Amino acid sequence: MSTQNNAPHQLVERALELSRADGCVVLVDEETTANLRWANNALTTNGVSRGRRLTVIATVDGAEGTASGVVAREAVTAAEVEELVRAAEAAAREAGPAEDAQPLLPPGAASGGDFTAPPAETSIEVFKDFAPELGAAFARARAAGQALYGFARHELTSTYLGSSTGLRLRHDQPTGTVELNAKAGGSSAWCGDATRDFTDIDVAALQSRLDQRLAWGKRKIELPAGRYETLIPPAAVADLMVYLNWTTSARDAVEGRTVFSRPNGATKLGERLSQLPLTLRSDPAEPGLECAPFVLAHSSGDFQSVFDNGLPITPTKWIRDGELTSLQATRHTAGLTGLPVRPLVDNLVLETADQAGAPTLEEMIAGTERALLLTCIWYIREVDPATLLLTGLTRDGVYLVEDGQVVGEVNNFRFNESPVDLLGRITEVGRTERCLPREWGDYFSRAAMPPVRVTDFNMSSVSQAS
Amino acid sequence: MPPTPSAPPARAVDPLFLALPLRPLADAALDRARQLGVSHADFRLERVRSASWRLRDARPAGSSDSLQLGFAVRVVLDGAWGFAAGVDLTPQAAAQVAEQAVAVARLSAQISRAAGGADVVELAEEPVHRDATWISAYEINPFEVPDAEKTALLADWSSRLLAADGVSHVTASLLTVQENKFYADTAGTVTTQQRIRLHPSLEAVSVDERTGSFESMRTVAPPVGRGWEYLHGTGWDWQDELARIPEYLAEKVQAPSVEAGRYDLVIDPTNLWLTIHESIGHATELDRALGYEAAYAGTSFATFDKLGTLEYGSALMHVTGDRTAEHGLSTIGYDDEGVATQSWDLVKDGVLTGYQLDRRMARLKGLGRSNGCAFADSPAHVPVQRMANVSLQPVADGPDTEGLFAGVQNGLYIVGDRSWSIDMQRYNFQFTGQRAYAIRNGQLAGQVKDFAYQATTTDFWGSMAAVGGPQTYLLGGAFNCGKAQPGQVAAVSHGCPSALFQQVNVLNTQQEAGR
Repeated sequence: MSTQNNAPHQLVERALELSRADGCVVLVDEETTANLRWANNALTTNGVSRGRRLTVIATVDGAEGTASGVVAREAVTAAEVEELVRAAEAAAREAGPAEDAQPLLPPGAASGGDFTAPPAETSIEVFKDFAPELGAAFARARAAGQALYGFARHELTSTYLGSSTGLRLRHDQPTGTVELNAKAGGSSAWCGDATRDFTDIDVAALQSRLDQRLAWGKRKIELPAGRYETLIPPAAVADLMVYLNWTTSARDAVEGRTVFSRPNGATKLGERLSQLPLTLRSDPAEPGLECAPFVLAHSSGDFQSVFDNGLPITPTKWIRDGELTSLQATRHTAGLTGLPVRPLVDNLVLETADQAGAPTLEEMIAGTERALLLTCIWYIREVDPATLLLTGLTRDGVYLVEDGQVVGEVNNFRFNESPVDLLGRITEVGRTERCLPREWGDYFSRAAMPPVRVTDFNMSSVSQAS
Repeated sequence: MPPTPSAPPARAVDPLFLALPLRPLADAALDRARQLGVSHADFRLERVRSASWRLRDARPAGSSDSLQLGFAVRVVLDGAWGFAAGVDLTPQAAAQVAEQAVAVARLSAQISRAAGGADVVELAEEPVHRDATWISAYEINPFEVPDAEKTALLADWSSRLLAADGVSHVTASLLTVQENKFYADTAGTVTTQQRIRLHPSLEAVSVDERTGSFESMRTVAPPVGRGWEYLHGTGWDWQDELARIPEYLAEKVQAPSVEAGRYDLVIDPTNLWLTIHESIGHATELDRALGYEAAYAGTSFATFDKLGTLEYGSALMHVTGDRTAEHGLSTIGYDDEGVATQSWDLVKDGVLTGYQLDRRMARLKGLGRSNGCAFADSPAHVPVQRMANVSLQPVADGPDTEGLFAGVQNGLYIVGDRSWSIDMQRYNFQFTGQRAYAIRNGQLAGQVKDFAYQATTTDFWGSMAAVGGPQTYLLGGAFNCGKAQPGQVAAVSHGCPSALFQQVNVLNTQQEAGR
């Protein structure tokens, strides 16, 4: 696709040459995807796609401040770049002064990949080993009276960033996920993994995990709603912590409208959220969870500013040893709040310092007198921003643990819980492992979380779903 | 004969879209697919322009204007689906994408055969629609309105709210979409369509600096399949709603916390549309009932064996699926499989009577013709069965909303949507709202706060004791209904009147939070 004139870096340079605005930032995203989807032991809607998006951000200085205009178009060729640049400039001239206006960044602070190299690509070939293993899994499932459902996707996005101030940065982001759901005998079990290239996905091992859970489901136990000691596995912890992370806006906290607000414009920074030495952190260089080491903002919003494009993203501890230490801030909102600049990062890790001494989930089960064991949670929505009360449901396997053993499968529940409040009720933290958030995995798949034990998890009502 | 969708003659398909090489690309893709032996192929070229504006405290806080443009080829080969999408608008690229789709179908067929699968993709018959054009109902295309006019209006409205006592912050947003689709298939159907939708929204926040408590109140004006005229009084009284937001918010700040328990609920259409969406709309999608969403969005309690017998709710319940309703967000002339759109019953006299279908699902269960619910949200995505405008019908001589209050001794009147969640088979749900008023002895008795209602779908609809008349009917909706993998979003409307539900479980959310 990328002929000489239409190569991504050339589109960036062409747009910058054509720019007549006071400032200009150009982003080109080249994306290829491949996916397999299956239901009832058969592939269903599978496909491959290719996309190319050119985003032009024009900035225009005025007496009352700097305005920005953001226009993005797909499938743009070199011949169409000028129209796009002019549209962005017109949008900037029509817009009022942007409240997040900041000087565009100079080159040098962040480093990126080879700016002139062709984009990285994926194709259906990424599944060349995975697909036959999946076929074998279908056959095994059919022989065992099970039905398999699920989805595997692989995406590769190469983003090229250039600015009128001389930034030239490039980032290649692979994203892969696989989810496997097995149903048999009135039970349903799920497991999922994130991957960069599918070479580390073991379908047979995933299926074995599902077999174990379906076996647990042979004994059905009905339990009422109530508050239970609960073992929460990494995937479910990730869904809760991702939501918490999305709520760490410094500006909203200072304005008094989040769970992290205190009266009179203060925040909960410095307050202890957990008595355990829990650390919630992000790092673009986290092994296996690598993500963009600089800001790539295609539009301004609560969590990002187009003026911050190219801003280096450094390792950030949101919670350190149980204490809230950082809130998310762009350069603009950092200035408003007096807090440090802290861009959101596209990965998240929760851990205790002593990983070697942390138990596995199996060891936590063995040490349990009586508790619920979840698989994952679903349809998570915010009920009350003041407490960050979230509601949602258990799904695809809730089990009862008694005297160190899983003794059967329990009905599903609706929960009402706040992840912030929950941090204060965690009594045991297991070993951190890479995991796939079940609900937010479409948007946020780079996570490593521990299993945790929490007291009095609020199972608000019973769900009949199975 | 299928119904013939009609379009007002004053509007025209965007000439920039018509100038694209629609037919040459379709011909190249479909010809190549035929050469490779497919039993069916379809080609879809889409141009979707989406723009958004956001203001915080009356100042621009982010805008974007993006355009998706690309095409997709879907084939059936050896009884399996294959799909591929591309962006290079040349016949050579279109043929190449067709080859990729065929390769994916071959891979699917091989794996299914190796696993002993017997599933074969077949499609329900559909009349051929040659050179059909359809345009949605709007007066002024919002993309022809200067951006400065849009932000000025939002800033003016925000400033009015900010000027009111007790309003600390205001967020305003506007989303607009113009969707153009060209479709052609190997049977000979060719359709060209255009539709417009937009969603304005404002939220006021009150913060008590001393105590640190805060509350919010958002407009309940629905997103619509209309044009810029919507912001100037056509279809909604913005002036009235904006004038009332500060008083609604001030009352909520002072309102007592609800006492948990069972209440008779009069639910306003601004809230009930979302309950319909979650507990009926998704539950009557046949692909879900058959397991095709099992690993992601979930299945449905309304399984196919219950068609014609499932008592969904009270005998007052009449729910329709409709892709033809004027100004509906799911309304279009032909779906993404070339099926002319229709309206039909889903629940009649309280009994499940129908499903939402695409061509494969219709054929699979011997239901005859598809009712036109295939949709893809972008040129890069495969069409899946997506929701029609699913609506609860009013009772012809039914009461107005105040008339519904009249029989309630101890109840709540719930207005506006806020938080929503339902399980993966559509049994257990929990909803909140923008505001709730106590009803005492048939009269409103002030707002309460911290409320959520929680029920099981069939219990809830079985408790519906009265349905409002046409004068209470409103078409609500959403831009962001999620389904499928890769994830797709769809816009959909739901019409309903006010309705009375007896003895529904109401939670106090502060207690739920352990406070």
